Amino acid sequence: MTSPRALEVDSATGVAVHFDLVGPGGRSLAFLLDWQIRAALALCWYVAAAVLHNLPAGRVSFAAPLDPGASWFLTVLTPAAALYLLYHPILELAMRGRTPGKRLAGMRLVTRSGATPGYGALLLRNLFRVIDSLPVFYGVGLTATLLTRDHVRIGDLAAGTVLVYDRPWSPVTPSPAADPERAALARELLARWDSLDPERRRALADRLVGVLGAADGPAAGSDTARRAALRALAEAAER
Amino acid sequence: MSQAALRARLGARSPRWHAAAERLARLERREPLDVAEALDVADDYRRVAADLAAARRLDAASRTRAQLESLYARLHGELHRPSSRPLRALHALLRDTLPDSLARLRWHLLAVSSLFVLAAGAGAALVRANPGLARLFASDEMVTTVERGRLWTEGLLNIVPSPVLSLQILTHNVVVSLFAYCAGILFGLGTFYIIALNGMMLGGIFAFTAANGLADELFRFVIAHGVVELACLCVSGAAGAAVGESLVRPRLATRSESFAHAARETLPIMVAVVLLLLGCGLIEGYVSPDPDVPLGARLVIGFGYFLFMVALLRGWVAGRSRGGRLDG
Repeated sequence: MTSPRALEVDSATGVAVHFDLVGPGGRSLAFLLDWQIRAALALCWYVAAAVLHNLPAGRVSFAAPLDPGASWFLTVLTPAAALYLLYHPILELAMRGRTPGKRLAGMRLVTRSGATPGYGALLLRNLFRVIDSLPVFYGVGLTATLLTRDHVRIGDLAAGTVLVYDRPWSPVTPSPAADPERAALARELLARWDSLDPERRRALADRLVGVLGAADGPAAGSDTARRAALRALAEAAER
Repeated sequence: MSQAALRARLGARSPRWHAAAERLARLERREPLDVAEALDVADDYRRVAADLAAARRLDAASRTRAQLESLYARLHGELHRPSSRPLRALHALLRDTLPDSLARLRWHLLAVSSLFVLAAGAGAALVRANPGLARLFASDEMVTTVERGRLWTEGLLNIVPSPVLSLQILTHNVVVSLFAYCAGILFGLGTFYIIALNGMMLGGIFAFTAANGLADELFRFVIAHGVVELACLCVSGAAGAAVGESLVRPRLATRSESFAHAARETLPIMVAVVLLLLGCGLIEGYVSPDPDVPLGARLVIGFGYFLFMVALLRGWVAGRSRGGRLDG
């Protein structure tokens, strides 16, 4: 799942940072996932609160009473509407540009300089939903993502943000590890891990994972990191 | 360095990457790191950059490279993210950024307020010349009620309770203000349309109620919340006009950059407008429709809240001195 366009950002290290930009299709997927979640949340609240509201009158129903009154609006309708309408602004602020839908779709927001967006950028992005959501189903926003070079909606243009693919970290061992002999040693070391002296097993792991035992000396990191690297080493030979 | 040596070097790094990913995940979960760990993250960034450069030279499409690209991008994002202290950010915004933003908008504010006043005058003149035009600005029910000699706001609290009324009005006002601001993207024309329309509605309805001898009643209803509410609309319009101007006359290299810059500069104003409209919603829900509140109290609330608005927009509420210097 890669985008035809990438964003390249200069960094202080001199090594550019690459981001795969999400296109209109990917954005629609994340939006639909979020839409289903917020619709379900709002519906669940409405049904539960409405049933609880009607119980004292002896009715097990989620229909609005004939004379609804303030409590119906304040405890049933308003929270349900707030869940539906404020889902994006609140979650994007709380999760720093990652809503549940974006997370499920493997995406996150970054600024044009590659940084995690701050509160100002996220507020601005959500403020412009007023325009992006017109006339229905984010018609303006979707059209903007089709027409703009980086596939962004108007809120993103205002906030200086882009939606990029976000790959979760999983332990990797580079190609030299695909050596059956070393993989067998890694499996054996993993099997005997608990029975070995901690210093000894660390040294063995560092030598084995470090190919020639060179470069960095003892590898930095915890025992968990060493065991993950050993497992990756063993699995790499099986692939 | 030969390719084999590069591969060997990368092979030795795997546990370090995993440790870096663990530290990064803690940082992303907002877990507190001590100084040594924070320095380790900065060190991770530098080392992963070097490893990624090597991986890019070795292989264009390996899994190792893909993982390093992702790890590097996430480290870059976290190390460059702005500080996350919302209350301190809000205080700085209200004290420093907001007054400066407003000062830059003084001509836009003057222009938009003038447009609003002119539109209100035009609306009033139209309805005075042809009372039938009142139906353009008010619903049939409102018109019928006024023609019977009563304001549509009479007995409002018997129909809608105050909390519900406040919430409905607040939502409506915030949406109108946001529209007035965001519609600036249409090169400012959308903003001007919304401001002119609201001005005409206000003028037209006032003229219609005056023709039916109810202008005093309407003034009595509006004064407590209306001063700040209308001022907020004009301020939102000024912010929208600035956004529109950034597209008509871009000050930066591209229209897109200029638009983003204008939006960032005007955001503090919209934050203040939404905060002020919360108060307007409460006043309009609890004070304005209550017939027991005397006119004097309404005037004090209306103009007192307006003074608070001025103090907020000038940064005085958040500790900025009158000369523009910062207190404390």
